[in-house]
Amino acid sequence: MAELNISERQAGDVTILDMSGKVTIGEGSVALRNTIRRLLGEGKKNILLNVGDVGYVDSSGIGELVSSFTAVNKESGTLKLLNLTQKIQDLLAITKLLTVFDTFDDEGEALASYS
Amino acid sequence: MSEKQKKLSISSKIEAIDTAVIKSVDFARKIGCSEEAIFGIDMAVREAVANAVKHGNKLDETKEVEITLNKTDDGLEIKVRDFGKGFDVKSVPDPTDPENLLKESGRGLLFMQNFVDSVEWHDHPSGGLIVKMIKNC
Repeated sequence: MAELNISERQAGDVTILDMSGKVTIGEGSVALRNTIRRLLGEGKKNILLNVGDVGYVDSSGIGELVSSFTAVNKESGTLKLLNLTQKIQDLLAITKLLTVFDTFDDEGEALASYS
Repeated sequence: MSEKQKKLSISSKIEAIDTAVIKSVDFARKIGCSEEAIFGIDMAVREAVANAVKHGNKLDETKEVEITLNKTDDGLEIKVRDFGKGFDVKSVPDPTDPENLLKESGRGLLFMQNFVDSVEWHDHPSGGLIVKMIKNC
């Protein structure tokens, strides 16, 4: 079983990635990296990561979120986070990254923010 | 008689990190650590072992990472030993410094320090680095 499952859907010009599982060193982080790179290669630069079902993130996983953020920004795109669990929120607070990412609890609001 | 110490070794590959974490958490649960403490132990052991595998032993599968778990009066002592060349903890940049915030890596030590009650690094007399962590359970 894959550590991280990512399913993709489109809402206008925003690509939503519904993630479930673990984003940790190894397979999980690589899966996220590859997906983001592929989307950018396809010209999809507005990306919303739905992390509501991500149960576990380590420092490599946080690093991969950051790497994804900077990769998307570099292409003049926007990456935002949806449905932060308390654990992920705590990790982003510890790493002082809560102020870096735009985060949302409501998908509609998140999508509207891309306009 | 309940177990007071557990020793395990894993080979230096990424896929083996989970094994070390699972066994450490299992031991912590057996000695009666709270779920909150277990979460911290899980996170800290994962970071320490990942560092030992990746940075200490440089993913050399001929080198092992040794983990020793000791039940203490207040909780759990965890030692993670690699067979690398060691490193200067003070040389690791602060990942929360604004100039480092967007760096992809460098948060492992911060995680360890945040999730256990104390962390120390020592050179092993026979070579390699030992990380000693204490978690009150």
